[in-house]
Amino acid sequence: MPQTLPPGSSSAKSFSRRLNQVLKHGDRPWQALIILMASFVLLIIVAVAALLWLQSSNARQAFGFGFIIPTADPSWNPITDVFQAWPFIYGTLFTSLIAILFAVPISLGIAVFLSELCPAWLRNPLSRMIELLAAIPSVVYGLWGIFVFLPVVVAPFGNFLANTLGTVPLLGAFFSGPISAGGSSRLAAGLILTIMIIPTITSVTRDVLLAIPNSQREAALALGATRWEMIWQVLLPYGLSGILGAVILGLGRALGETMAVTMVIGNSIQNSLSILRPGYTMSSIIANEFAEAVSVLHSEALIMIGLVLFVMTLLLNLGARLLVRRVAGKVPTSEARA
Amino acid sequence: MSTSTDLSMKRYISSNAGHLRRRLTNRIMLGFAGLMTLLALVPLVWIIGYVILRGGQAINLSFFTQMPRPLGVAGGGVLPAIEGTLLLVLLAGLFSIPPGVLAAFYVSRYPNTPLGTAVRFGTDVLSGVPSIVIGLFVYALVVKPQGHFSAFAGGVALALLMLPTIIRTTEEMLKLVPYSLREASLALGAPEWKTSLSVILPAAINGVATGFLLGLARAMGETAPLLFTALGNDRFELSKIVSSGIANNQDIFAIIGRIFSQPVDSLPLTLWKYGQQPFPERVEQSWAVARVLMLLILAINIIARVWIQNRSAAKKK
Repeated sequence: MPQTLPPGSSSAKSFSRRLNQVLKHGDRPWQALIILMASFVLLIIVAVAALLWLQSSNARQAFGFGFIIPTADPSWNPITDVFQAWPFIYGTLFTSLIAILFAVPISLGIAVFLSELCPAWLRNPLSRMIELLAAIPSVVYGLWGIFVFLPVVVAPFGNFLANTLGTVPLLGAFFSGPISAGGSSRLAAGLILTIMIIPTITSVTRDVLLAIPNSQREAALALGATRWEMIWQVLLPYGLSGILGAVILGLGRALGETMAVTMVIGNSIQNSLSILRPGYTMSSIIANEFAEAVSVLHSEALIMIGLVLFVMTLLLNLGARLLVRRVAGKVPTSEARA
Repeated sequence: MSTSTDLSMKRYISSNAGHLRRRLTNRIMLGFAGLMTLLALVPLVWIIGYVILRGGQAINLSFFTQMPRPLGVAGGGVLPAIEGTLLLVLLAGLFSIPPGVLAAFYVSRYPNTPLGTAVRFGTDVLSGVPSIVIGLFVYALVVKPQGHFSAFAGGVALALLMLPTIIRTTEEMLKLVPYSLREASLALGAPEWKTSLSVILPAAINGVATGFLLGLARAMGETAPLLFTALGNDRFELSKIVSSGIANNQDIFAIIGRIFSQPVDSLPLTLWKYGQQPFPERVEQSWAVARVLMLLILAINIIARVWIQNRSAAKKK
């Protein structure tokens, strides 16, 4: 009975009831907590951009857009404090381009093999082995690259390129040799990157191909297409945007890759176009110089390079995810059904 | 696809001599696909085999238990790197698991709200941010305000790298928990948070563990984000810090604080430094580090993936 209760406990009870009403028995704080943690992810991305932007303000004022535009005679001089990032941007784009050129046909081949040709029992073990390539740490790639891959594969291949394509007029500028004896070159970086991005492109492409309904395959075969014609004329066009997304994801990985590239590219700021010459990338200049940057402008210039790299990979990733998502939306995946 | 379609196709094609070219293209291109698969396996076998063989030479007990010796003195180990890696991984786990799991709760519970979509997208984007950029970010966020490199900063950097993996894996695993479990708990009058923590989380705890393992496998091999956060410190000795702390009557928090506020080495950092030195004994040690690191990461990776697959297969049945 309410009137027999002492007034204090009644108000305490109504207070706790009101508290429970407001908090919905703890669900409100819980929801606030998980919303907070979920927003944390978005906050980090914004914070990365904001912090890098703020921390490079002096360098931005000093160099402006001249920092990233192509120049014939770039300067990277910690003594005079004049910095231009073009050689590194060029190095990053060039090595990533080499990697994409080699990795796309290989990865498409593997994905086609995995999804269309190989027996079902082999598919998972084989996919997992290809994915293991992505699990090997970047520094191990670098070490193996320096001591094994470069002298055994890259140096002979580089000399072959110099002797054949290097003699062609105009195009020869990109292949002028000779490659250094150790093999350190942009080509080396590109080839190591090729190995490193194969698993990314392969696994996404394989998933895209596997998501294509069987009716498409059956229709093509029923019309008399060979298996290859079915793959080339039906499956690849059907999954094109997804495959494009996979390639862009691979490109994003190649752009940001640091350690292996730093170890094999030779780290030299030369003004040379050639694929067989040592070069530098955006990530490797940061890795090599940031901890020992001498002046404020020097470290801010490196942070600015980091910002450019961040924006590049951000845009690529956004684009790639949108493309992959569009395909995933077109065909019913397990996610959509759930 | 099946052999019967294959047979009928063959009959159709062989009756048409003009289609020899198509058949040939078919053969060549399918062969090319198989060849590419073999080609990709070459570096895999080559790297793993070579690192295991070459790295085995410098591995013995003192490699794991001793401090590095000065150049020219034989022997010595990479104890600071091992201790440093453990500390960094511990911190990274502490910093990434709680927010990662809570964010996964949100994303799996409300996947189609604007925030849910944005977070899933953001998780993908975050996992694509180059690790060196994460290093720069943590430098600006932690190292610069604190004024010194530290294990703490390294742990934050690795946590940021692990976070997307943990969110994604946990989300997938939370989704596999049957809806009836949630409904039963709610119908018994348990509030949402209690349902989440004491019904759904235990049912998905394996998934959280695998997510952590996969994130760990990624973070453990990373060097770039540690270059200017944990920096590297080959004189870091855990036992010395602890014993000197006890000798000076410091309380436990002070000792822990001292441990985490110092720069530390890690296995990949050591590998990177040793591998580029012109001294053969250092290079041999870096191969040994490569072997330990690679086998550890591959083992974690394989265990986590097999686990995850068994789990999803069992749930789907």
